[in-house]
Amino acid sequence: MAASAPTLTTVADLVGGFTQEAFKAHLDSLSGAPGWWLERKRAAYARFESLPMPGRTDEGWRFSNISGITLSGFSPAAAAPAAQATAALGVASPAATLAFDGGRPAGSSPLSAELAAKGVVVSTLSESLSRHPELMREHFMAQPQKLGSAKFAALHEAFVQDGAFIFVPKGVEVGGPIFVVHSASGAGTAVFPHTLVIAEDNAQVTVVDHFVSRDGSRQFACGANDLYAGHGARIAYAAAQCWSLEALSLQFNSTVVRRDARVQSLNIHLGGKQARHESLSQLQAPGGFSEMLAVTVASGAREFDQRTLQIHQAPNTKSDLLYKNALLDQARTIFSGLIIVDPDAQKTDAYQSNRNLMLSDDAESNSLPGLEIQANDVRCTHGATSARIDAEQEFYLKSRGIPPKAANELLIFGFFEEVLSRLENEELQAALRDLIRTRISL
Amino acid sequence: MSDITDTNSLVTTAENPVSGIDQSSGNFKYDMTYDFDAGTGLNERTVDYISSVKKEATWLHDFRQNALKTFFSKPLPTHWATKDLENINFDKIRYYLSQGLKPKRTWDEVPEDIKRTFERLGIPEQERKFLAGVEAQFDSEAAYSNIKEAVAKQGVIFVNSTEGLREHPEIFRKYFGKVIPTGDNKFSALNSAVFSGGSFIYVPPGVKVSHPLQAYFRINAENFGQFERTLIICDEGAELTYMEGCTAPKFSTATLHSAVVELVALKGAKIQYITVQNWSSNVFNLVTKRGLAHEEAEIKWIDCNIGSRLTMKYPGVVLKGRKARGEVISIALANDGQHQDTGAKMIHAADETTSTVVSKSISVGQGRATYRGVVHIPRHLKGCKNNTECDALLINTNSRTDTYPAITVRGDRHAVQHEASVSKVSAEQIFYMQQRGLTEGQAMSLSVNGFINDLARQFPMEYSVELKRLIDLEMEGSVG
Repeated sequence: MAASAPTLTTVADLVGGFTQEAFKAHLDSLSGAPGWWLERKRAAYARFESLPMPGRTDEGWRFSNISGITLSGFSPAAAAPAAQATAALGVASPAATLAFDGGRPAGSSPLSAELAAKGVVVSTLSESLSRHPELMREHFMAQPQKLGSAKFAALHEAFVQDGAFIFVPKGVEVGGPIFVVHSASGAGTAVFPHTLVIAEDNAQVTVVDHFVSRDGSRQFACGANDLYAGHGARIAYAAAQCWSLEALSLQFNSTVVRRDARVQSLNIHLGGKQARHESLSQLQAPGGFSEMLAVTVASGAREFDQRTLQIHQAPNTKSDLLYKNALLDQARTIFSGLIIVDPDAQKTDAYQSNRNLMLSDDAESNSLPGLEIQANDVRCTHGATSARIDAEQEFYLKSRGIPPKAANELLIFGFFEEVLSRLENEELQAALRDLIRTRISL
Repeated sequence: MSDITDTNSLVTTAENPVSGIDQSSGNFKYDMTYDFDAGTGLNERTVDYISSVKKEATWLHDFRQNALKTFFSKPLPTHWATKDLENINFDKIRYYLSQGLKPKRTWDEVPEDIKRTFERLGIPEQERKFLAGVEAQFDSEAAYSNIKEAVAKQGVIFVNSTEGLREHPEIFRKYFGKVIPTGDNKFSALNSAVFSGGSFIYVPPGVKVSHPLQAYFRINAENFGQFERTLIICDEGAELTYMEGCTAPKFSTATLHSAVVELVALKGAKIQYITVQNWSSNVFNLVTKRGLAHEEAEIKWIDCNIGSRLTMKYPGVVLKGRKARGEVISIALANDGQHQDTGAKMIHAADETTSTVVSKSISVGQGRATYRGVVHIPRHLKGCKNNTECDALLINTNSRTDTYPAITVRGDRHAVQHEASVSKVSAEQIFYMQQRGLTEGQAMSLSVNGFINDLARQFPMEYSVELKRLIDLEMEGSVG
């Protein structure tokens, strides 16, 4: 569909501030990176350059405000002396923390000696390039981009400076969560946060990504995270997206679930002027289970665009998706989900649910819950609803003398609770609730 | 492929006794000296020709020519629709052939399986010949003249498209092409350029037509044409039920069927439009259907798709007046080699409008059933409700079903709900029935009939009986 407006497309439109010069400067900054890594980046840049911007007739961008997706005016974060990132989210006992500012390492607290001795690695991508090249080659952005952002994923791969690398070897259980903070500051700054989590067979780990802006200016965050759960592994992943209210955020998640593995991912979307999140779950072997959760507080005139794909590639796999949006003011949300059941992936159990709570007469929700089923012995259901707060509940709270604003807040929390309570770690639940409260206070 | 498209309204030769079944290897020929034959291919002359044969007014001629330009300028919608559309060869299609010149074939030339189907469905002898294309028209005058007379007495106008636009322009021109504009999609543009046949109906205020009107009630009609155009207007408080198609396989040699159906329900009117489509499996069935419901009016589409190679049809209702109601009930059965891409569009444009969509699809063998829908509630309305339910039943391990709804809701004063589920026939049920002496095939048929039973009951009795028999037929050989 690139042909729809060929005459209007110029090179500047296609690459914005991410010119060949900017890319060369970026490569120059990566002293000591291995040749294969630079080669990969060059290939990614070539893909980025050649792929068209999303068009009006791209199904993957249906209902999106495409005019808001622009690359001009942004450039990669400069190598400033990184500020030590403030510890985010009040959780008492993290297993380790990592911080990145402007895409560069900005402090960390190490793992316990015991876990380190067992072979657990909590490190940066740049360090892992030399120490764990095989793992990097095998898992770093190794999955296909199927949800419309191939161009921006290529941009991420080309410009990614650094990121979190978390590896848990066979049979090791990490226990407490590992916290990763990615921060950005300054108008026009582009950051490419990345978190790679590899859990080998029967390993267990909880990882929390926290995305924050250190000022309220317009930044561009183009992030990715890869989760790989080996046989019988358990990964719990939570991400709190709190970029500035002016930011443009594009985030790509890819999850691979192997035999009998369980992955739970929860994305909390609070920031950004326009934020798009793509999430791909591939259930590759029997017994795999992927739980995909999201909570979005859409306020102001902002747009939250969520695209999901659950692919069942093997028999006896399970996926369960629950995305809840609260819409205030003039906000827009888009949920486009697809469950694909491959031929012969019999006994699939897949669920997909999108609930929109409409809290304003000017808000707009778009739901595209889709199914593509090619096997008959399956249980696949989906549901989508858009409705306001239940009048009876509202009346009940009113009759108890609770002021409307407080009542609304209570009801929104009640609405989100179904999602948040699915997290096992209660301390983390409480921390995320506090974070949401800061954005909801009406 | 090219040979298949060629077979539209061709005279078959004696060497090819089974035309319609093996259409790719036929020795077809046609006589170009026919008076009312627009030839194959599509250009301005084709449209001029159709317009002049029908002795149409200048405005209508211009309307067709403009539509043709729109058709050429629009791309095929393959960015969301199946790529199978690219297999339509528009140059090999015959766009107009007057009624009397439709191909004749003898009963002996009708393939055995079609004859057998007629037998099993209990189609009357006279209708069989019509359905098989042996007779160009089904002379139903005797059987139905009473009904025709009765409705005419009530002031109902029931004519074909040519007659409607020529004899009653004051009534029909106002709404013609307004519910579905020419440029709505590529195929509505095609229909607007070359349409012929179809029904134009006007029901005066307050008139309730007690008998369902059927497309084949009327004689000398090109009802089962390829590009029929239907416009139904129910004036204030009027009520009408209209039926088209039939459950017997429509043994067609034409490969593209592209109709446009527009309904207008004025204040308080009710229209129920029932379609049963069972085209033969080489037909592309690409139909645009939409109704406009004014204040407190009600439009209900009951749509049943069983045949064709590819059906793309999303009956819609624009709920334009306060408290208008729209409903789509859809049954689709996709057998081997078929793709039923059906659904519904509900466009809410006034306060307190409600809409309901119930879709049930059955995929047999390698058949593919798709639900595609739109629900749209724009800004600053209040009290709109939509409820959508899609259920899919997969019979064989390699059957396929898809669901692609799109729901847009603006504002906090509405309630919208969408649910879909996919299931297979319960092994326990089958086992139970087999234990009681039914064969596996019979048990399967019974289960499938049970799946659609609550929808089938909404059809007129004779249709729902035939539908049941037809499902029995389709289910044969699907198990074991």
